Amino acid sequence: MEGLILLLTIFALAVFVGFEIITKVPPTLHTPLMSGSNAISGITITGAILAVHVSSSPMVLWIGFGAIVLATINVVGGFLVTNRMLAMFKRKD
Amino acid sequence: METHSVLPEFFLELGWINLAYLVASILFILGIKGLTHPRTAVRGNALGALGMLVAVVATFLAKGLAFPYILAAIAVGSLIGAVAAARVPMTAMPEMVALFNGFGGAASTLVAASVILENGSHLTMQPLVATGASGLIGTVTLTGSVIAYLKLAEKMKSGAIHFPAQQAFNALVALVAVACGVWVVMQPDNATAYWALCVVSGLLGVLLTIPIGGADMPVVIALLNSYSGLAAAATGFVLDNNVLIISGSLVGASGIILTSIMCKAMNRSLTNVLFGTLGPTAGSATADEVYGGKVKATSPDEVAMLMDGAQRVVVVPGYGMAVAQAQHVVRDMANVLEAHGTQVEYAIHPVAGRMPGHMNVLLAEADVPYDKLIEMDAINPTMGTVDVCMVIGANDVVNPDARENPQSPIAGMPIIDVDKARTVIVVKRSLSPGFAGIPNPLFAADNTLMLFGDGKKAIQDLVAALKEQ
Repeated sequence: MEGLILLLTIFALAVFVGFEIITKVPPTLHTPLMSGSNAISGITITGAILAVHVSSSPMVLWIGFGAIVLATINVVGGFLVTNRMLAMFKRKD
Repeated sequence: METHSVLPEFFLELGWINLAYLVASILFILGIKGLTHPRTAVRGNALGALGMLVAVVATFLAKGLAFPYILAAIAVGSLIGAVAAARVPMTAMPEMVALFNGFGGAASTLVAASVILENGSHLTMQPLVATGASGLIGTVTLTGSVIAYLKLAEKMKSGAIHFPAQQAFNALVALVAVACGVWVVMQPDNATAYWALCVVSGLLGVLLTIPIGGADMPVVIALLNSYSGLAAAATGFVLDNNVLIISGSLVGASGIILTSIMCKAMNRSLTNVLFGTLGPTAGSATADEVYGGKVKATSPDEVAMLMDGAQRVVVVPGYGMAVAQAQHVVRDMANVLEAHGTQVEYAIHPVAGRMPGHMNVLLAEADVPYDKLIEMDAINPTMGTVDVCMVIGANDVVNPDARENPQSPIAGMPIIDVDKARTVIVVKRSLSPGFAGIPNPLFAADNTLMLFGDGKKAIQDLVAALKEQ
């Protein structure tokens, strides 16, 4: 129970931090914000990696494999396409 | 935290992995903070990527991982992601984000599946409930996003799909999904329960997305973005993993904020977008009543003459401009006008384009400086001093009925007050209506001239005419 309360605390505070900083993102950057947050939601990759363990059953191994592939597409594709867009905004400074 | 952890002991011994996750979380927050200004945004994105690298490398330090599989999976994912990121045209960003939202949801579903299959019988209440939530939200996100992708990519009919007793049927499916979630918690060692939850949630995702179409798609993408974050956060509760919870809630908050901005920009509630319909009502006038004999057509040469003496020109772009691939010639036009000493700005409505901020990206791609892109609320008070306002590919977002006619289906929707400019040029193929399906009195206004034709061709002719002067 203590652990759950701790996790809920982290969750609640992170939501507040999220609301505070994201409301300050200007509309001009809302598309990069979405593709960038896609990349960040690829953090599921850490959980996916832990599933691919030497003692895992073959089925779990392949489920983990699939999860890593999908999360990596999000991470790599998300950060790269965000960078591509932001470079367009930057070069006119 | 050790009381109910589901992770193998090797992970708990290395408590400092959580320290690395804290560093990663801070880098994500700093990364999003960087996105608060175009100047710092590239660095912000790099900080986010660095945070992800820290999190992944720290995870590698856990003992007993099957590295050949892990590295192969990362290689496959990186290749697909990199190719997609390099190739996607900016007009197709909404499709790509929709698909990526779906991948995020699917990854969460699979991670939760791996935990329940491996450790199901040892799980306590918290990870079990979280597994149910992760499977439900993750799969709804997956199938909902696939439908959104198919609609945006025009691989299926983009309009709203309705059938009798839809609301009641959807509610029933949602109830069954929750019941499957309860089944997962009651019988954690029964894999069938989890897969049943996934199938029913998948159906729910499809059912929730098919009734939404057309102009409402930006809202759906933003909402699914939020769901993908919540699915990641739920997986964090399954694994006792702080970085998943923090990143997931950041993404969840971001999606919710964008959803609410889009709804406000259309003067509709989220409930209305998700379950309601928008269409012509009895109170709206027919096209003939609005346009009859009052529409004046113009030519590129005439527009060039009008613009020649103008001090201030404002361009109002809509998604039609991107469809016609006219953004580059619009920029050429602005260059010619600016060389003549005319001030040129772009007025951006929050729902211009097919996702939040889409129009800004399309114009940035055409080398339009971001400080010339003015938000609706900032430009409206000064519209009276605009000599020529050019509307290209936009319709409902410049319809004065939203402001003046309480009977109109779009009454109350914030619009760009283009009708207050001295002269309005509307570049359009025909008088066909926009997404709302209603006529636009702007086209028949005294100070409006219609420049009929394909957007790109019309502006090209205009640029040629401007250069001759």
